[in-house]
Amino acid sequence: MRDVAVVSFAQAPNLRADRERNEVEIVMPVVREALDSVGLEQSDIGFTVSGSCDYLTGVPFSFVMALDAVGAWPPIEESHVEMDGAWALYEAWVRLQHGDIDTALIYSFGKTSLTDLDKVMSCQLDPYTLMPLWPGGISLAGLQASAMLAAGTVSEADMAAVASHSREAAQGNPAIPEAEGPADVDELLSRPRVAHPLREHDIAPSTDGAAAIVLVAGDRAAEVCDKPAWISGIDHRVDTHAPGNRDLTTCPSARMAGERAGAGRGGIEVAEVYAPFSHQQLLLASELGLGDGVDINPSGGALAGHTFMVAGLARIGEAARRIHDGTASRVLGHATAGPCLQQNLVCVMEAGR
Amino acid sequence: MSRKAETDENKGILTAPYVLEYSYTRSTGPVLGRFLSGLRDKKIEGIRAADGRVLVPPVETDPVTGEELDEFVQVGEVGTVTACSWLAEPRAEHPLDKPFAWALVQLDGADTGLLHAVDCGSAEKIEVGSRVEVSWRDERHGFITDIECFRLVGD
Amino acid sequence: MAEDPITGIVCPIRLDYTITPGRAQTRFLRGLENGKLLGQRCPATGKVYMPPRGSSPTHGLPTTEEVEVADRGTVTTFCIVNLQFASTVREIPYVCAQILLDGADIPFFFVVQEVDVNEIRMGMRVEAVWKDPSEWGPTLENILFFKPTGEADAPRESYKEHV
Repeated sequence: MRDVAVVSFAQAPNLRADRERNEVEIVMPVVREALDSVGLEQSDIGFTVSGSCDYLTGVPFSFVMALDAVGAWPPIEESHVEMDGAWALYEAWVRLQHGDIDTALIYSFGKTSLTDLDKVMSCQLDPYTLMPLWPGGISLAGLQASAMLAAGTVSEADMAAVASHSREAAQGNPAIPEAEGPADVDELLSRPRVAHPLREHDIAPSTDGAAAIVLVAGDRAAEVCDKPAWISGIDHRVDTHAPGNRDLTTCPSARMAGERAGAGRGGIEVAEVYAPFSHQQLLLASELGLGDGVDINPSGGALAGHTFMVAGLARIGEAARRIHDGTASRVLGHATAGPCLQQNLVCVMEAGR
Repeated sequence: MSRKAETDENKGILTAPYVLEYSYTRSTGPVLGRFLSGLRDKKIEGIRAADGRVLVPPVETDPVTGEELDEFVQVGEVGTVTACSWLAEPRAEHPLDKPFAWALVQLDGADTGLLHAVDCGSAEKIEVGSRVEVSWRDERHGFITDIECFRLVGD
Repeated sequence: MAEDPITGIVCPIRLDYTITPGRAQTRFLRGLENGKLLGQRCPATGKVYMPPRGSSPTHGLPTTEEVEVADRGTVTTFCIVNLQFASTVREIPYVCAQILLDGADIPFFFVVQEVDVNEIRMGMRVEAVWKDPSEWGPTLENILFFKPTGEADAPRESYKEHV
């Protein structure tokens, strides 16, 4: 395998409603920042790939318009996934393995304030037996939480502790300027349930935003970045799509992706996992083998501000940032898609090649 | 689609309502076609997977091995809740127009959960392990909403 | 009597959006409210985009300089529509054209009327026919259609780059 590193990461502030800017206006400064921070121009990039969801904008092929933010002239080599940007990063990593190019730009964007994300989440379900009922993403996550609570693999206090930590951590993250204020576990548990068994703190607020990452292969990575975050393992796996056919208290696809990416080899100092619901962070920590010594979601995580299509790429970026700033030497970024953690991607990064 | 520009109060930002509405006409294929035909006749059929489990709703191919499945198995109208989540504010598209519980229901004779609404009055009345039964819609067309909802057994 | 087995279903989907145009397009729409067509200039090439979307698509740079373009221009290419689409409110046949407005560097799409469909041609000079100003809002619907100006056709040199 060819050595590939995350050399830069930029993200827009995750805002509940970025009404003043269209998608291009949100993406453009983020892409510019990601390129500028490593001294690259679009003309230096060998492959550009984005992740977004047309249902959020209500416009087919809306990702084509977003290319206006990149400067795609003369015509560039470009691709798109209708997935979180983490899967775009995976495609870029595979593309860099071909060996003929050294650089890739990945960006993703989500403007969830335009429509009802919970309703959009229904549209990804089986169109015969699930989607016509419009269960929504929050209710499906509520089903998973109830199954985990009944099985005793989590408690409501455990879930509140995840939320409490997320809120505390997000206070120091300028990318989540509208994070809810800190609250301790007892206070959170005293609040009403909004989607029994879930309380408001168990559910991530939807936000608008964008993120960009630059990947560089081989020696060039060290030329543009003092401390590249070398990808030592990356893998993604998928569970069957019907939630009713799965044991929702486990997540085999996350476990397998983690194992294959090398999460289980130990030494992970920081993990950024994409858990838009509190119980999902606990399930992921268990399936990825993240023990007590691992600092999980020091950014506040998606639970503090959830930009659909971006949160996974941002997890990889936030984890890589800890290597860029020298505060960690082995980190993990995780992304999820589909209902109840159906699809999972794990990217392990290290300070040394 | 309809558009009419409005101004976001005080900020001078333009916004406009925009509705995307259309219908998909989908072929069911023989497996889901049989399942939906069954619902029209007040009959719930699953399919036996390679490992012997009965999957409801049925699927065309085994979720583990990928092989084609064809052994239909009729299951009961009563089942056990394996997961539940309360919906306090249903919207027009939901199966019931009053608060209800979403649930995965493992019907007697089945090994997987069927997602549907349970009309049980309040969140406190339902839990994992509750027994529920099908409530059929009077007019059935071969659609998942031919099951109007589930109700607690004995309610 | 047994009914026919189900072979197909109809699944309706409805999603409601509140769309926002963003800063650049807001300025464009505000301009329309006053009967003006405001494009924006690429800082790298000087080309004027109309309608503007806030960026130069060739360079990925913000377009900050606003440029008013004329409400008349040159047909660069066209299509004569002979099919009645579900959403069509115009009588067929009618003409859709790409129009390079004077002062803009990218043609935009509009309907041309008051022209025999056999007369429409590349290079034809056309001008906007606006609604009464009392009816203007922040929308391109302020322009009813374009019609021929009667000027001599523009030379191909003047628009060949935009075909």
